[in-house]
Amino acid sequence: MSNGVASLSSQPALAEGVPAVSVQNLRKSFGSLEVLKGVSLSAKEGDVISILGASGSGKSTMLRCINMLEVPDSGEIRIGGEAIGLKKGRRGMEPADQRQVDRIRSRVAMVFQSFNLWSHMTILENVIEAPVHVQKRPKAECIAEAEELLKKVGIVDKRNQYPSHLSGGQQQRAAIARALAMHPKVMLFDEPTSALDPELVGEVLRVMRSLAEEGRTMLVVTHEMGFARDVSNRVVFLHKGVVEEEGAPAEVFGAPKSERFKQFISSHR
Amino acid sequence: MQQLSYFELVGFGPNGWGWSLLTAAGMTIAVALCGFLAGSIVGTLVAWGKIGGNAIIRGLADGYTTVLRGIPDLLVIYLFYFGGSAALGAIGSLFGADGFIGVPAFATGAMAIGIVSGAYQAEVFRGAYQVVSRGEIEAARSVGMHRWLMFRRIIAPQVLRYAIPGLGNTWQLVLKESALISVTGLVELLRQSHIAAGSTRRPFDFYITAAVLYLLITWVSTYLFQRAETHSMRGMRRAS
Amino acid sequence: MDFAFMRDTFFTLIGGVPLTLNLAFTSVALGAVLAMLLALMRMSGVRALDWPAQAYVFVFRGTPLLVQIFLIYYGLGQFRPTLQAWGLWTFFREPYWCAVFALTLNTAAYASEIIRGGLQAVPYNQVEAARACGMSGFLLFRRIIFPIAVRQALPAYGSEIILMVKATSLASVITMMEVTGLAAKLISQTFRAVEVFVVAGLIYLILNFIITRIIMAIEWWLSPHLRRPPSVEPRLEAAHV
Repeated sequence: MSNGVASLSSQPALAEGVPAVSVQNLRKSFGSLEVLKGVSLSAKEGDVISILGASGSGKSTMLRCINMLEVPDSGEIRIGGEAIGLKKGRRGMEPADQRQVDRIRSRVAMVFQSFNLWSHMTILENVIEAPVHVQKRPKAECIAEAEELLKKVGIVDKRNQYPSHLSGGQQQRAAIARALAMHPKVMLFDEPTSALDPELVGEVLRVMRSLAEEGRTMLVVTHEMGFARDVSNRVVFLHKGVVEEEGAPAEVFGAPKSERFKQFISSHR
Repeated sequence: MQQLSYFELVGFGPNGWGWSLLTAAGMTIAVALCGFLAGSIVGTLVAWGKIGGNAIIRGLADGYTTVLRGIPDLLVIYLFYFGGSAALGAIGSLFGADGFIGVPAFATGAMAIGIVSGAYQAEVFRGAYQVVSRGEIEAARSVGMHRWLMFRRIIAPQVLRYAIPGLGNTWQLVLKESALISVTGLVELLRQSHIAAGSTRRPFDFYITAAVLYLLITWVSTYLFQRAETHSMRGMRRAS
Repeated sequence: MDFAFMRDTFFTLIGGVPLTLNLAFTSVALGAVLAMLLALMRMSGVRALDWPAQAYVFVFRGTPLLVQIFLIYYGLGQFRPTLQAWGLWTFFREPYWCAVFALTLNTAAYASEIIRGGLQAVPYNQVEAARACGMSGFLLFRRIIFPIAVRQALPAYGSEIILMVKATSLASVITMMEVTGLAAKLISQTFRAVEVFVVAGLIYLILNFIITRIIMAIEWWLSPHLRRPPSVEPRLEAAHV
C-alpha cells in the first residue's frame, strides 16, 4: 500500500464504546407511504455493514437519511457521537443547523448508484473540489493526495479527462476516490454496482474490498451477495421499513431466522 | 382648460380617444394577420425548397432564412416603404409625374411582415415536417398516393398539427413587429397613440394604454393557439 | 448597381457600428444582471417574489419593444417635474439612456427565462452529490449549479444577443444614429433604398456572424466534457503497402 494514502486514512480514534454511526428508531414517510418504520442500526469503527433488502424496503432511504439527503421525520442520527440537530420546519422536519449538516456531510462520504460525477469538471477536479472548497485545504496538497487516490483506484491516467469520457466502472472508481479525498469517518455506498454492466462490477468491488481491508467504516446498500458474505462483518436485512434480520454473515447466511430473508437469499443466488 | 381624467381621455366620451384606439387596434390585427398569412405562403414555399429542392434551390432557401433572420426588421420595412416609393416614382416619372409617390402603407407593411415572418415560418414548417413519421409517408406511397394527394391528405395536415406551437410564437412576433409599421405612417395602434399623445400632451397615458391593448391581444391569441393545439392533438399520445 | 455609391454608403454606415455594438452590449450586460435576479425570484418558491417576476416577464415579452421605448422616451416626459425633482430627468432626457434602459428591461425578460431554463436543466444528481460533500448555499451555487447552468443556457443566450443587436435598430426611431438610423437618413436623402438596404444588411450579417463565432468559441471552450477525449496514445497508422 502506498504510504501517502495510508497515513491519510488514519483518523483520530473515537473514545471507547462510541459508535461511528448510530441510528435510533428512524422513521420516514413520503406522503402517506411510510418507508422507514423505526429502524435502528449502529456501526463501530471499522465495521463493514451490508444492507440488503428488496427494492422498496427502505434501505436506500435509510442510507440517504444518514447524511441528511433525506430528512427523517423522527429518530436520532449520531455521527461519531454527535447528534444531528433537527427542527420542525414549514414542510416537515428540517436540519436545525445547515452548517452542522455541511460539516458532518464532509466527514460522511457518499458513493451513488449513478456515480454523480460533476460533468463540467475533470476527474482530478472532481476529486479535489470538496477538499479545496468545503474543507478549505491547500490546493497543492489536495492535488498530490488526489493523484495518490486515483492511483489507488487505478485510473490515475484518466485524471485530466472528463467523466463522460470514462466507462461506468471507471467513473464509479473516480467517485470512490472523490469520496476518499474528504478523509471520511464513514463511507456510505448506495448500490454502487447496480448501474454497471456485469463485466465492470468486479473492478469496483475490488476497490471496495481493499477499502474494507484498510479498516474503513462502510455502510453498503447492495445486491451483491458475494460482497455481503465475504467482505462485510455484519449484514442487515430490511423489509418494509423494519430490520428483519441482522447478524454476522456466517450466521445469517448459514441459518437465517426470518422466512423472508430465506426467500430473499434463494432469489438472489 | 381642465385636465381630463385618464378614463375620460381613453374613454368613449366626446373628448375620449377610445374609438380611435380601438379602430387602430383593429388595424394592428388586420395588418398583422395579412402579414402573417403572406408569411405562411412564403414560409411554405421556402420550406418546400429546403426539403425537396435541388442544391441551388436549397442554397437559396437557406440564404433567405439566414439573411432575413439576421437583419433588423425595421430595415426590411424601410426597404419596402422607400424602395416601393422609388419604384413607383420611377414608373411615375415615365408618365411625367415628379417627386415622391407614397405607396400604400398597409400593403408595404403587410408585405414586409410577410417576408420577415416567412423566414421564421419556413423553419417552423421544416421542423414540423421532420417530425412526421417516415413510416406514414411510406405507407401513403404504398397505397399508391401520388405526390400532390399525399401532400394534401397526409403531410400537410400533420405538418400543420406539429407546427401550431411554432406558428403561435411566430404570430406573437408578427404582432409585435406590426408596431414597427408605424414608422411608415400607417395608423395602427402605436401610431394612433403617438398622434393622441402629441395632441393631448399625455404621452404616458396613451402609450401605457397601447401596451395594455397589445397585452390583451397577445393574451387572447395565446389562448386561441392553445385551444387549437389541444384540438389538433386529440388522438395523439402524450409523450410523458 | 452603383458600386461607388455602395462603397461610400458602406463607409458612412460603418460609422454607426460602434453605437450599435455599444447599445447591444451595454443592455445585454445590464440585462443579464436583472435577468439573473428575475430568474432567482421565479425559482425562489416564494410567491411574493415569483409573481412580480412572472408579471414582469409577461408584460415585457407581450408588448412591442418600440412601445416600451416610446413609453420611456416620450411617456416619462409627462412626469418631467417629478423626475426633475428626483434628479432623474438628465437621465431620461437622453435618447441614449432611454434606449439602453428600454433594451435592458426588454432583454432581461427574455434572458430570465433562458437562465431559468438553464438552472432547471442542471441534473439533480449532480447537486445531490455536491450536497453529500457538504456543499450548500452560495458555495453550491457558485461551484456546481451556476457553471453547469451557464453551459446549458449559452446557445439560447447567444441567440438572444443576436436578437439584441437587431433590436438596437429601434433606437434609430428616437434619433440614435446607429447603423439603421444612418441608413434611414441616407435613404431619405438619396431615395436609393435597395443599395443602402443591401449595405446595411450586409453590415448586420457580418456583425452577427462574428458574434455567433465568438459565442461558439466560448461554448467550445466551456464544454471540453462534451468533446471527444484526447487520444492518450497516438494511434499507429497501418503502413500503406
